[in-house]
Amino acid sequence: MRFGAIVARDLRRAWSGGGAWWPVAFFLLVACLFPFAAGPDAALLARIGGGVIWAAALLAALLPVERLVGPDVEAGVIDQYAVRGTPLALVAFAKIVAHWLGFAPPLMLAAVVAGGLFDLSAATLARVEWGLLIGTPGLAALAVATAALVAGLRGGGAVAGLVMLPLAIPLLIFGAGSLDGGAGAVKLLAAVSLLLTAGAPWIAAAAIRVGMD
Amino acid sequence: MTRLAFDDVACLRGGRVLFEGLGFALAPGEAALVTGPNGVGKSSLVRIAAGLLRPAAGEVTREGAVALLGEAHALDPEWSLRHALGYWIGDRTATALAALGLAHLAEVPVRVLSTGQRRRAGLARVVGSNAAIWLLDEPANGLDDDGVALLERLIAAHRGAGGIAVVATHTTVALPGAQPVRLG
Repeated sequence: MRFGAIVARDLRRAWSGGGAWWPVAFFLLVACLFPFAAGPDAALLARIGGGVIWAAALLAALLPVERLVGPDVEAGVIDQYAVRGTPLALVAFAKIVAHWLGFAPPLMLAAVVAGGLFDLSAATLARVEWGLLIGTPGLAALAVATAALVAGLRGGGAVAGLVMLPLAIPLLIFGAGSLDGGAGAVKLLAAVSLLLTAGAPWIAAAAIRVGMD
Repeated sequence: MTRLAFDDVACLRGGRVLFEGLGFALAPGEAALVTGPNGVGKSSLVRIAAGLLRPAAGEVTREGAVALLGEAHALDPEWSLRHALGYWIGDRTATALAALGLAHLAEVPVRVLSTGQRRRAGLARVVGSNAAIWLLDEPANGLDDDGVALLERLIAAHRGAGGIAVVATHTTVALPGAQPVRLG
């Protein structure tokens, strides 16, 4: 199978029935809840806003995790890729690209709205967007690898959260850390994101292979 | 040269030996008919032949492209049949649909197809895959009498063109001159 065809199929499936808006709606909801919880102190909200956006992005990336790999294993789609000699790591990488395209651009748009809610300065918002652009591929990769690990498990969604969230902590630390304008944090964020994106396809492929046995 | 051979293959599932010491070799035009009661490892044998499952012992030689008809139909339910099949076999879709008598259903979404029609759609993918080795797991499931007859004709034509077929079934599928592989 061609790489582009797999990406297009996965993206189309993610977007069909408005599925791609769920993470965005969820993201905005989490962002809206924080001011209620933390109180209407504008200075405080502006200070924590960037970090909240990052935590919300993390949860939003996790939301569709059960739909990423499990249904394809069940429907025999993965088997069909395998007998065609399509490397499963390539399939996993295509899924990462499709998941990223499906959730990151809408999320970055929604972050502008969230930035307004927290009264972030233009400079901070620009740093949030820049950080999201660098960090979300890592989140997408982590989500696909997790999805492959929990595919076929009962209650996989809950397990997925427990597996994925601790592994996403470095992204959160450097993503939120980059908001102070430190170039070091941006570089580390990029490094973690790159590591996850490069490693996840192999992990996902191995997990799918083990699941076949 | 198309070839499919099992040499002293054993299959272990969940700590239980399903079969062992299994051997057969198929040259172009030949077929194997795998029979046996439920749960003796017919599907596992097909998955081993497809390379999806590692045999616990022994060696599987596979030369040639493989087309698999498994339990699951692997067609996206919300897409039209033409589109869902087209994802796998591209511009051979129309021919394959016609060969299985599904041409009139091309624009119908996969989710509203009946069990037998989905089975036919799965077979259409096998036909349209241009693969030399057909691995069919319970191909007659859900098919009516006409469907089974069509299946037998398609397999015969495939073998006539130098293809190999492995058919695992608990019902009757006529495969003249096929090697019987009896499990259990």
